[in-house]
Amino acid sequence: MQRFLSPLILALVALGVWLLADSNFVLRIATLVFIFGVAAIGLNVLVGDAGQVSLGHAGFLGIGAYATAVGPAALGVHPLLAGAAGVVIAGALAFAVGRPVLRLKGHALAVATLGLGILIFMVLTNEAWLTGGPDGMRVARAEVFGVRLRGAALWFIISSVVLVLAALVAETLKASPTGRALRALHDSEVAAATAGIDVAAYKTVAFVVAAVYGAIAGVMLALFEGFVTPDVAGFLTSIELVTMVVLGGMGSVLGAVAGAAILTALPQLLTIFQEYEHMMLGLVMMVVMIALRRGIVPSLVALWPQRRGLKR
Amino acid sequence: MTADLAQFAFSGLTVGAVYALVALGFTLIYNASGVINFAQGEFVMLGGMTTVFLGLFGLPLWLAAILAIAATVLVGLALWAFAIETARGASPVTLIIITIGASIFLRGATELVFDKQFHALPSISGDTPLRVLGAAVLPQTVWVLGGALGVVVVLWTFLSRTLSGKAVLATAADRVAAKLVGINTAAVVGFSFAVSAAIGALAGILITPITLTSYDVGTLLALKGFAAAMLGGIGSPIGAVVGGLLVGLIEAFGAGLISSAYKDAFAFLTILAVLFFLPAGLFGARTVERV
Repeated sequence: MQRFLSPLILALVALGVWLLADSNFVLRIATLVFIFGVAAIGLNVLVGDAGQVSLGHAGFLGIGAYATAVGPAALGVHPLLAGAAGVVIAGALAFAVGRPVLRLKGHALAVATLGLGILIFMVLTNEAWLTGGPDGMRVARAEVFGVRLRGAALWFIISSVVLVLAALVAETLKASPTGRALRALHDSEVAAATAGIDVAAYKTVAFVVAAVYGAIAGVMLALFEGFVTPDVAGFLTSIELVTMVVLGGMGSVLGAVAGAAILTALPQLLTIFQEYEHMMLGLVMMVVMIALRRGIVPSLVALWPQRRGLKR
Repeated sequence: MTADLAQFAFSGLTVGAVYALVALGFTLIYNASGVINFAQGEFVMLGGMTTVFLGLFGLPLWLAAILAIAATVLVGLALWAFAIETARGASPVTLIIITIGASIFLRGATELVFDKQFHALPSISGDTPLRVLGAAVLPQTVWVLGGALGVVVVLWTFLSRTLSGKAVLATAADRVAAKLVGINTAAVVGFSFAVSAAIGALAGILITPITLTSYDVGTLLALKGFAAAMLGGIGSPIGAVVGGLLVGLIEAFGAGLISSAYKDAFAFLTILAVLFFLPAGLFGARTVERV
């Protein structure tokens, strides 16, 4: 029943935020945290479980977000249908790129995803006739059964539900033979291959899962904000996503969400430091990683003596 | 057409030389410690920015440049002592995030101490272009290429001719074995951070008259340098130099002949193609993985 623990905790946290939130501002920040949390949970399957680094993951958020924006504007498709198509495209692209690249070892995926992310960002920036260029474009409001998907409260609920489902799927995957295969190849690819694991195929599965999660987050982001810019697919967003995973704790679903919360909410808090904002962000990243090198959640769990026997 | 091609080649070699120096910095630190230092681009930025601002105090260019390199070396040593050395034994991804944190910190500190504007430095030998094969070549280009060549020669001589250089090579080959024969591997790592910072700062000072500098130029340089190091085969100094020059040339010819809007894409597409056929890069060690 271990796999229901983190979705349950996330649901309780969402409920707590809902009860304590005293303004739409808090709900909006929480919604952003949950949306990036979904992306981070997905990326954690790749980085935390399979041990592969992606430096262009924001590209998949970009595909989801822009599919949702361009579909209704250019083809007159329903935004949700366009978003679903974006998720499929992201998954297919990850498969097409991952299959050859993931046969390679070491940092090959890091360079490949870096290039892919930059390519996606450049297409979004340069093809202004379709995407509005660097200024971005408006996203048509989606309507489902006569209800317009807008407002802080509604999006808070939608993002919480998707987050809890995303966590449940990720925990189920972790507990499945696929999850064990990923952890095995993380520890030693040679040993995993000897044990009959198709290393390249399983790494590709992890990459596709991470891409699909990223695209879903992108779709939600576009619908929630009502506006998209190429920055969603930018290198800095990619770096933030990896940082969320590592800061929160590699291999931990709750850690990914904690990392998303810190990287999304911290800049809001740090605005009180005004011009010191970036310095503080860099400093916090360094100090946390030096002090809690396995990431926040796993390091704190390890401090809690009763749980030591249960973990691993 | 020949003039155009020569022009692309010279501009490609100029930026390529800077990518090569950044890639060389990546390689030195990676070899000594296994860390991929994403703050490498910030060393380049710090070299340029510090020289610009010391110049504002009326210091002559050469003195400002020397002080800027010294300041960047201190930053590199501080990064090693306070962040990398304290986090010794952490996983490679954790160390990467620490260097990314350091690069954000350095960018934030620079925009605070200096400013967010673009800055230029005067060219060392004036701005009258030389005519080579019909192409207009800035004298500063010669300085950049010469500087890069100088760094490579000095580094190569140091690594192959001196005892300390051999200690660095031994550490790169096998950290545990190097420690067993009495090499202070922690000092080698610190030394590699200092040298990488110096090389980065020098590259920043030489390129600023051509490309200008500002607090945020480091990110893209780090990306290109990393890609160049991977293209050449991470861990190989020759690979870093060749990879850097190739990335610069591919960019210049791609931008000139195909599309300038997509110039960053050509380099990465080429790298993907190369890695597909030569997974270890052009000059990477062909190793067999041991269990």
